[in-house]
Amino acid sequence: MGRLMTIREVRNAVLSGARSATDVCRETLARIDALNPMLNAFNTVIADRALARAAAIDRDRDRWRDAPLAGVPVAIKDNICTHGVRTTASSRMLEDFIPPYDATAVIRLEAAGAIVVGKTNCDEFAMGSSNETSAFGPAHNPWALDRIPGGTSGGSAAAVSAQLAPFALGSDTGGSIRQPASLCGVVGLKPTYGRVSRYGLIAHASSLDQIGPIARTVGDVAVALRVLAGADHADATSAPDPVPDYAAALTGDVRGARIGIPRTLLEEGVDPGVSGAVMDALDVLKSRGATLVDIDLPHARYATPVYYLVSTAEASSNLARYDGVRYGFRASASPESRIPIPDLRQMYARTRAQGFGREVKRRIMLGTYVLSAGYYDAYYLKAQQVRTLILRDYDRAFERVDVVAMPTSPVAAFKIGERIADPLQMYLIDVFTVSANLTGLPAISVPCGFTADHLPVGVQLTGRRFDEATLLRVADAYERDTEWSKQLPPILSR
Amino acid sequence: MLAFGMTAFTRDAVAAIAALANLELDAAEIDLFARQLGDILAYADEVQQIDTTGVPPTASVVPRHAVDRPDEVRPSLDRDEALANAPDAALDAGLFKVPRVIG
Repeated sequence: MGRLMTIREVRNAVLSGARSATDVCRETLARIDALNPMLNAFNTVIADRALARAAAIDRDRDRWRDAPLAGVPVAIKDNICTHGVRTTASSRMLEDFIPPYDATAVIRLEAAGAIVVGKTNCDEFAMGSSNETSAFGPAHNPWALDRIPGGTSGGSAAAVSAQLAPFALGSDTGGSIRQPASLCGVVGLKPTYGRVSRYGLIAHASSLDQIGPIARTVGDVAVALRVLAGADHADATSAPDPVPDYAAALTGDVRGARIGIPRTLLEEGVDPGVSGAVMDALDVLKSRGATLVDIDLPHARYATPVYYLVSTAEASSNLARYDGVRYGFRASASPESRIPIPDLRQMYARTRAQGFGREVKRRIMLGTYVLSAGYYDAYYLKAQQVRTLILRDYDRAFERVDVVAMPTSPVAAFKIGERIADPLQMYLIDVFTVSANLTGLPAISVPCGFTADHLPVGVQLTGRRFDEATLLRVADAYERDTEWSKQLPPILSR
Repeated sequence: MLAFGMTAFTRDAVAAIAALANLELDAAEIDLFARQLGDILAYADEVQQIDTTGVPPTASVVPRHAVDRPDEVRPSLDRDEALANAPDAALDAGLFKVPRVIG
């Protein structure tokens, strides 16, 4: 596989006969074999199954003529269910869980010709900002192996960055697609809440979770989104809005586009290398005819505490299902024995003590507390009211602008182990990403340069509800004018 | 109401929350969470200062649309498949098994 092969290049090569799907698949698997021991990006690789699917496509190429992802390898975050393929959410709790059904997103990708090559590492139950809460150890950043890839879809972003797959699925509850995409130098999109079915996504916080693509180019993200998007009877929150041809919206023209910059929000706590790259990116868009507009999002600075109140409340409820009865791990009377614990409540409590890691327990505790009698109004209800104020801030901004721009992450990739001991410091990294989840708005992270240490920086664009087309158009226009996405991480030149 | 203050957590308070959450915590975890939950909620206290008089809560951002469908019998998960991931199941009877709860 030639370097820098995008979704569209792979598909065209497969359908024209220039490359067989089997060839592409073999090379992808060989690269995973070679690099994954350093990256730990995959929890599970399904070589035989992937090669069998590739062979099926090669046998019947005509049938796939109109398939937008014919023969394109894809990596799936390990909290998205795959029928018959272990899906762990990077937790001991689900270490041996074999889903009896596929997530709708996976069904759609496979129907479009994509070939699932494996399941990617992530923070446990998608709770974290660095991939370090994974029960299987962190994935590593292809740009600097001693650094985190970001979280929670760290394995997906690392895999795409190191070209272990042309694209990957992530999930985003508070920035978990965009932040690792930013830190690994690739493109990541969190679609509008409801744009992509959540059926088969292991729930973290149901009012915030959304599945989306991570790829090397905006064009590839557009192709993947069109396949993923649309109503699904299995997810009542999925939206019936028509799905446009996103790739057709990529005209390269941003003349007249109004880009809002919340300057007050960016005054504190942003690494100078990050803010410099983001401001340069905005200048590029301006030089192509976009208008930069100062905006105010007065409640956005409360988004992080609001997010941690709302998301942990939902998580504590969602994770109540892991009780050692219907699926997953069940604790025994002693770790070595298989002797059952005789008391039901004790079995529940010990199963959860041994099956969950520390970050998951911390969030269950916090969520249980903010939902408990006497504290519900002060924390959970109050947070939901401030969520309304944040929504109103954005609604008001979108009367004046078409997209809102800011850094995706206030810092570039930090060293593994540097921040994991202090959960609050870790939570604060999500300051720019959580608003899109609280509001349901679509947001994309696009590579926009490097820090002095040559670590990737991403600019985040947020758009109007169900207006991914504008978001992608602006992001693509920027990408056309810059060379960031063509740079390769050092792991590829070893 | 649980007997603890807004953001200072005693070990007993942490143990009470853990009981609500069906979580067995060891002594070290109780100490750690007593400190960390306090830190995180102290940070969240700035949210308390915002005037939200008359502001409705947002629980969901789903635009309203009809999600009704005909109530028809359709194929669903096979019983053996549904039981296949259970740590302890009686496959013949089609049941999940738990420790005895009735004396």
